[in-house]
Amino acid sequence: MSSITVADEQVRATPAKVIQPAWVRVMHWINAFAMILMILSGWQIYNASPLFGFSFPRDYTLGGWLGGGLLWHFAAMWLLMINGLAYLVTGFATGRFRKKLLPITPSGVLHDVRAALTFKLGHDDLTVYNYVQRLLYAGIIVVGVLIVLSGLSMWKPVQLYYLVMLFGDYPTARYVHFICMAAICAFLVIHILLALLVPKSLRAMIIGR
Amino acid sequence: MAKRSFLIPGVDKRLLIKDSIKTMPDFTRRRFIAGGASLGALTLLTGCDVIDSSSAEDMLKQVSKFNDAVQAFIFNPDALAPTFPESAITKPFPFNAYYDLDDAPEVNGDDWKLEVRGLVDNKKSWTLPELYKLPQVTQITRHICVEGWSAIGSWTGTPLRDFLKLIGADMRAKYVWFQCADKDGYNSPLDMRSALHPQTQMTFKYASEILPRAYGFPMKIRVPTKLGFKNPKYVVSMEVTNDYKGGYWEDQGYNSFSGS
Repeated sequence: MSSITVADEQVRATPAKVIQPAWVRVMHWINAFAMILMILSGWQIYNASPLFGFSFPRDYTLGGWLGGGLLWHFAAMWLLMINGLAYLVTGFATGRFRKKLLPITPSGVLHDVRAALTFKLGHDDLTVYNYVQRLLYAGIIVVGVLIVLSGLSMWKPVQLYYLVMLFGDYPTARYVHFICMAAICAFLVIHILLALLVPKSLRAMIIGR
Repeated sequence: MAKRSFLIPGVDKRLLIKDSIKTMPDFTRRRFIAGGASLGALTLLTGCDVIDSSSAEDMLKQVSKFNDAVQAFIFNPDALAPTFPESAITKPFPFNAYYDLDDAPEVNGDDWKLEVRGLVDNKKSWTLPELYKLPQVTQITRHICVEGWSAIGSWTGTPLRDFLKLIGADMRAKYVWFQCADKDGYNSPLDMRSALHPQTQMTFKYASEILPRAYGFPMKIRVPTKLGFKNPKYVVSMEVTNDYKGGYWEDQGYNSFSGS
């Protein structure tokens, strides 16, 4: 029971500085939910005709069969796309992207990667992203845009032919879609691990402070 | 137990969850706790509870209907599916069905007649020699399967819209509904705008040869703007109708428009 008291004091002792504004938190968790639905249903669809010599374990797929997976995928895509568009628009309009993610310099990234690997990277001020964070967060936004564009190319290869041309052809768009998914999964592993290593960052994404 | 609460050195998982729970509104907090906190939330995500329930299924069906409407809206009847040179043709072009090739329908071309029903002026049935006399075109397009794979093939036949004109079909009707000779009675509805698309074809030949049994002898409907399962093979009848009559795969949950 004493541990709860300690936690209470910690919450109260934190300065009331908002690290993550409400819109970021709401969109972050909607995105997390939509993304997981998209990944698990996407694995179901992948299994119907694997691109590589493996399938995803059935337990980690959504929908029960190809038809169910497709229904989930094409339902969750609306949540993902609308939320993602709102995030991009707000991110640019409020200047958050510019303030938080820029500049990204090679020397800054190298410095912070070295610091991170030797556990010397500080997390004292969560309002300022280090260079590794900037690179990863900016990168994952680009991957997010790419996975939506390649997905749209596969969904509407005739109506959105110019989009398909961007990737070369329909089969290439499929590979791009898969590689983007793999990149997002790799990001997720690092992202969740780091959030657990620095729990106050997770708290900031939940309560803002 | 002690091992579990300290997965990461210095981080008490329970403390973390308690901290976050405190920030939630009362109602959510109770539900969150009732759900068994972190594991309960995970169940929600992987869906053991949600997905099996009929309410989730109803929701998905509604969204699929909404997606039909969206796809019909963005469908441009003048947008042509890309065509390819002969060198791009996939060899061998895959046989694909829910049964083995040995079980594919064996239609006798001499007895076969295409039945025409519904909202058409001339309901006469068509023999194969009669159909072969109609003007034919060849197009090399990409067949895209609902499973994700694709293959490029060469199909020759009569544009469906020319045939619909010839038989005096009501072009304002909503669907052309195809019935096939497959076991279990394959069928599929095609929305009228897709049926009238310039590349939609009554196909009699594959790679300039009479359509082999594997690819749907005697007649296949080739719709390059639709996924493969909406390209019926072994067609025995077509009906012009305003009623949505469902389809073999559509009834099982594949999106009905499934346009590309």
